Amino acid sequence: MPAFTIKTERDQLTIDKLTERFGADGFTHERLYDTMCFVVPKEHIHDVLRFLRDELDFTFLTSLCGMHFPGLPLELGAVYFLHNMRLGHRIRVKTHVSLKEAKLPTVTDLWPTANWMERETWDFFGIDFVGHPNMKRILNMEDFPAFPMRKDYPLEDPTREDKNDTFFGR
Amino acid sequence: MSETTERTDHWKDDHVVGDGLNELTTLNLGPTHPATHGIFQNILTLDGEIILDTEQTIGYIHRAFEKICERRPFYQITTLTDRMNYCSAPINNMGWHMAVEKLLGIDLPKRVEYMRVIIMELSRITDHIICNTIISQDAGATTPFLYYYQFRERVYEVYEEICGARLTTNMGRIGGFERNFSDLAWERIRAIIKDLPAALVEFDNLLVRNRVFMDRSINCGPISAERALAYGFTGPNLRAAGVDYDVRVADPYSSYEDFDFDIPIGRSGDVYDRFTVRQAEMRQSLSIIRQALDKLDKISDKTTFHGDVPDWVLPPKQEVYNDMEALIYHFKIVMGETEVPVGEIYHCVEGGNGELGFYIVSDGGRTPFRVHFRRPCFIYYQSFPEIIKGGMLSDAILTMSSMNVIAGELDA
Repeated sequence: MPAFTIKTERDQLTIDKLTERFGADGFTHERLYDTMCFVVPKEHIHDVLRFLRDELDFTFLTSLCGMHFPGLPLELGAVYFLHNMRLGHRIRVKTHVSLKEAKLPTVTDLWPTANWMERETWDFFGIDFVGHPNMKRILNMEDFPAFPMRKDYPLEDPTREDKNDTFFGR
Repeated sequence: MSETTERTDHWKDDHVVGDGLNELTTLNLGPTHPATHGIFQNILTLDGEIILDTEQTIGYIHRAFEKICERRPFYQITTLTDRMNYCSAPINNMGWHMAVEKLLGIDLPKRVEYMRVIIMELSRITDHIICNTIISQDAGATTPFLYYYQFRERVYEVYEEICGARLTTNMGRIGGFERNFSDLAWERIRAIIKDLPAALVEFDNLLVRNRVFMDRSINCGPISAERALAYGFTGPNLRAAGVDYDVRVADPYSSYEDFDFDIPIGRSGDVYDRFTVRQAEMRQSLSIIRQALDKLDKISDKTTFHGDVPDWVLPPKQEVYNDMEALIYHFKIVMGETEVPVGEIYHCVEGGNGELGFYIVSDGGRTPFRVHFRRPCFIYYQSFPEIIKGGMLSDAILTMSSMNVIAGELDA
């Protein structure tokens, strides 16, 4: 295996602190390769992120991206990549929302850098970040009719007949 | 324009009647303006030469890489990554390879990792040469732009010898390199590390203690360390603000822990500090390349150029024609039918302008389920309005070029 370091004690400390504050059923956690990932219900996501930033020193929001898992009851999701630069510790926090109520609280009040990341997530997945100062599309044109990173949006024009994807498509 | 009335008109409060100050101009800087060095639009509201308000429009060269990735086998995505930060394309390529190797659990021989380090440091040098010469160009000094580009050209000759391409390199494969470096490539690398230090001294002599350049760039477009961290700055721009965060040291990859180098930092995060930090980083890169060459000399094996991963590295063509097993592997790789584990990883490398991250979610299929690129300049470019508001228009131009915003990476 490549030499990546797993920071077991710090992961455990984060889990303990979160359990203390939000209770054991307030979140689930799972280690994926070298990083501990937390899944938090969307009602608590802002509180959890604020707690992680203020109490556990995850002061750097590395990135934020959307997810789409068609077929699940809560289809859409957002992944927050947090980084504690002082200790060199990274975690991921995920939350899921349903297609009908694709709304999440904004974190631009915690990290100004979330501004464009949330706009990008809205642009491609249609997750509305409530309280965002300027919630509009960023990379696509403003009157684009769909949310293109959702799995049901075709990559190519579906009416094309000159290509056969039996062997080379997904 | 109708937008100007909707914006906060705080400048009207201290407006003196009759002096003509209330005559505001709306200026479109870009999308295709020579001073923006890429395709992005800045709508500026100007009072004379003072910027009162600004709004950025990006996405002019958005190519939906993340969506395309969901339909391509892993090894075909390399060609998309080098179109992001095309000033240091090999770093992007190798960052992607390392991310996939982390997902697959591939371990590489030291020789391959050192070869990667050499190429990545060479491309960091080209990235910094481009950025610093453009700063000097925008500050009015044309000489460096014309003179130091020859070193970028010489690094491109190294790429050409290694992989055949110059700008969008598609260099390396998952599991190593496509072929061993030729003698000419090694010769060219050694010639660069021999000639570049003297040229860097000349570059420093031209600008670093140049009164005109110092007056122009000191205190131009500064950002504090707190604001830089809040805005997600990484790379030379963050280090210029005084934070010594470097992925090569914080999360070493590709055997960077074997090398001894400094992280240069600045103090005020202005154009001058960004310039000098990049100058110092080029020297550190040269030192890393020298150390890597020494370490390679000590390794007796001179032929290994990829790890032992027949599932991912194409076998030699002669074997494919004559050997059953090699033919099977060749076919499997080209058709993208190699097994990939289920899982998700995030891997980051120190790109030319910051932490370049690759987030891969794999469901075990032949293509990734989801790929997210953490593009450093998409994240830090949003601080641009805050930095330039209240300053002069010409400072905004210089600030933009010193931030090293690459349109291809911005829009992905």
